Order: sequence, then structure tokens, then C-alpha cells
Amino acid sequence: MNTRVYLDNSATTPVTPEVLEAMNRYSEQEYGNASSLHSLGRNARKAVEESRDEIAASLGVTPKEIVLTSGATEANNLAIKGLAFAHPEKRHVITSKTEHHAVLHTCQWLGERGSEITYLDVDRFGRVSPDQLADAIRDDTLLVSIMAGNNEIGTLQPIEQIGTICRERGVFFHTDAVQAYGKVPLPMDTIDLLSVSAHKLHGPKGVGFLVVRKGVSLTPLLHGGGHEGGRRSTTENTPGIVGLAAAARLAFREMQSTTTRMRAYRQQLIASVTNIPGTRLNGHETESLPHIVNVSFQAIEGESLVMKLDELGFAVSTGSACSSPNLEPSHVLVAIAVPLSMAHGSLRISTGRQTTQEEIDAFLEVLPRAVEELRAISPFKVGA
Amino acid sequence: MYTDKVIDHFRHPHNMGKLEDYSAVGKVGNIVCGDVMWMYIKVGNNEQGREVIADISWETFGCTAAIATSSMVSDLAKGKTLDEAIAITNTDVAEKLDGLPPIKMHCSALAADALNEAIYDYLTQAGRDVPPVLQQRHERLAKEMDSLEKRYQAFLGQEKDS
Repeated sequence: MNTRVYLDNSATTPVTPEVLEAMNRYSEQEYGNASSLHSLGRNARKAVEESRDEIAASLGVTPKEIVLTSGATEANNLAIKGLAFAHPEKRHVITSKTEHHAVLHTCQWLGERGSEITYLDVDRFGRVSPDQLADAIRDDTLLVSIMAGNNEIGTLQPIEQIGTICRERGVFFHTDAVQAYGKVPLPMDTIDLLSVSAHKLHGPKGVGFLVVRKGVSLTPLLHGGGHEGGRRSTTENTPGIVGLAAAARLAFREMQSTTTRMRAYRQQLIASVTNIPGTRLNGHETESLPHIVNVSFQAIEGESLVMKLDELGFAVSTGSACSSPNLEPSHVLVAIAVPLSMAHGSLRISTGRQTTQEEIDAFLEVLPRAVEELRAISPFKVGA
Repeated sequence: MYTDKVIDHFRHPHNMGKLEDYSAVGKVGNIVCGDVMWMYIKVGNNEQGREVIADISWETFGCTAAIATSSMVSDLAKGKTLDEAIAITNTDVAEKLDGLPPIKMHCSALAADALNEAIYDYLTQAGRDVPPVLQQRHERLAKEMDSLEKRYQAFLGQEKDS
């Protein structure tokens, strides 16, 4: 059966028709290279810069502080490696155990080349302790990179406190805000670098940006024609950039009503799912992004639950080992000490702007049946 | 990534559940690594008076492939003589499902192992001679289980703490 209800919006989101329309115009009609002198080029340049203005305004920063990238993975790489290359004298980087792989693996890569990386523990909800962070800062600490909201369990980090500590101690602060941008307010006064991706908010794949606050110098990863103020060379992806700006515009315009709806769905999902015997919520009940719910089911395995729900017409995801390419359970679930028997049965449900009350109700109607069917063939009995 | 046959067996698994009057059971896998299979067999005699797998069923905790291979191995073993059942390999199981993704091949190994272990359990319970090939596989499995537990000691420790 084909998927009818999409509840995997932290993986990616459907592109809004208005966004696609804006993008098509800059693919078919206004296709000029933004560096060209002729009117097609000037029109493209205008579109890129107006998009940049709009993106900057969404966060209350200046347009010069926006570096357009191919997405958040590149933005994270540029922030971390770019800063490390620019400041070789400072060898220490602090991050957490529950970061996205785009941050974790970038830090590990630096660690293999002479940097020293501290991976902060998190509490059972997934939160970093600001006190532990303050204790971990050393004289040679260059950067602290802590995500705003977790992509698997939704937990919000105390980034304002973390940013304030970093300011006081003269350490750069980077935050991966892929899931948080357009969903929760971001305290830009205490942030030096911030990564965003368009496809998580109903924009196109392959475009994003890094906010680089004034006075922060980075070594570029891409050398060439000197685009983006010399910080990232390559011909501007005009359709993608226009799409990103349109997606951000819609997200911020409807932020209040969208997140109010998402919060209600989240509460309903948590209440209803934890009503099923042998379940647990992974993450925090309230200190969370509005659109992500992560739960675990005893005695069943997440990958087969995802497949069963897909068959019933619902798209969701899991952090189970069986679904990962290396057969290891999710590092986030391990870090928050979800018992392994439960970590295998995790399910991530994430809503989007298009999600309706009817879809949530329909999902909650079939979920207990899917769980029951899989538990019936499991050797483990719930409550035993 | 999964073939239609795998999906079909996952959606409509054969011989699932626990036999009421089983003769022996094979238990393989580990909750820690995420796949557990229990294979129940009932041994009877065919018309020629030879011992056969008269009935078979299973209970599985695991992914789509683990469930599909449990179903397939039970189909393959049903009605077979013990010698024929011992000869069923993980490759047979995977081939009958039109293949498995490379990373899921261990699931087909688990299904063939569970069947082996059930027959091993039957023969040892009855105080009968165990064919060398079956004995070797049983010893290999015990060794693997041991190394698995060592590998996941950190996780298991965490389990006890929580």
C-alpha cells in the first residue's frame, strides 16, 4: 500500500507549491548566472540578494552574516573545520554525545588530525549540563558546538545559557539549528555560528545556510571564484536560494499557528502512545521541539514496526539497530540510557505544516493494532 | 531494498506462534543485538517410518528480514526428515526469498541456526547421537553468543544499572 500519511518530517518535508513556483521561475525564465553582467545575470543577483535579506531578517542578523551553502551538513563542516583551520593555535573543541553525525563525524575527523574533542554527556532527557560545559572549557578551547534541538528525540538544549557561558569565556559557539529554525525562537545575541537546511521546512533539498556573526573569521572549504564574500565559492544556486527564502517566509509567517497545532498533536501522541502497555517516551515531555515525538515499545523491533506501519499507509522512522547501516542502535538513544531492549523498539513520529488532526487520529487508531500484531509473534511478553 | 517475497512473508508470515505440544525448541540470537528467534519443532514419523519435522512454528523479535526468514525456514523444514532439515542452509533461506540485502544476511543465518538448534535439542533430549556437523554448528553458536556478550558488555552493564 502506498503511504498516505507522512509523519517523518524530521527526515525531510514536502515542498510547498509556492516555493516550487518561485524556484521554477529562476530555472526556466530567470536562469542567468548571478555573476553575469547582462540583465539575466543582474536579475539572478537581485533574487539572490533579496533572498539573503529575507533569510537574515528572519533571525535579526545582517545579510552579510549569511553564507549560503548546499545544506546543513556543509554549514556544519564549514563552521567547525573553517574555524579550526583559521585558528590552529586552539586545539580543543567541545560538543555533545547526541549531535547529528554532520557535527560528530566532523569533530572526530579533526580529532584524528591533532585536535582534542570533549564529548559532553547528556541527562536522561538528552540535555547538556551548562555547569559541565563551563568546567570543560580550557585555555585552548576554540569552539563549543551544541545543537538547538535534537533531530531524533526533540529535546531542546539550553543554548542561551550555553551561549552566555561561551561569551564570558571567549569561546566561539556554534549551534546546529536544522530542526529548530522556524519552530522555536533562537537567541542570536549569544550565537556565533548557526546552521540551517531548507528541506526540513518545506523547501528544496541541497540548499541551506550558515550564519557567521560579524568578526568571526573562517577558512573556506571551497576555493574558486570568491563567492559569498570569499567564504564559499561556487555559482549561486539561484532556484534553491529563492526556494529557501520562500520556505523561510512561509515558515515564519505561520510559525505561531503551526507550532501551536504541533504542540497539541505532540501532547496527544504522547498521551495516547504511553497508554499502550510496555511503552516509554524518549526525550522530554515539555522541553522539546514541537514536532518530534520519540517512543519505544517493549518486545518489538523498530524496523519491523516501521514496515508494518508503511504497509498500513503511514511513514515514520526508527533509531533501531536493524535500520542502521552498521547495525548499531542510535547513538542518541544510547546516550540517554534507553535500556537496549527498548532502544531496539524506538519509533520517531514527526509532524509537518501539512499534518492534520485527522491524520493524527488515524495514526493513533492503527498504531496499537500494528504493535499488537508484532508482539503476538515475539518470544518476549510485555510485563513478563 | 527488500524483495517482494520478503515483504510478502513479513506481511503474511507462515507457521508463527508457539506449538502447544512441541518436542524441542531452538533459541538463538540476543536481545542486545536486536534479533531473537525461537523455533519450535514437533517430530513424528512418516509413512516409511523415518523421523520427520511433523510440525514447526516460531516466535521472533526482530526486523522485517528476521520475520520473513523465520517464516521461510519453517516452510522449508516442514515435512522434511531430520537429515534433510539439518542440510538446510542460510543460503537456501535467502535464495528462496529471492535474496536479502547484504547487511541482512545474518538474519538468514539466524533462521537456519534456530532450526539446527531445535534439532540439536531434540536429539540430545532423547539421548541420541548428534551428527558431527550439527555438533560443530552448535559449538560455533555457543562461541558466537559468548563473544557477542563480551562485545556488548558495556551495554549489558548499562542495562543492569538502569
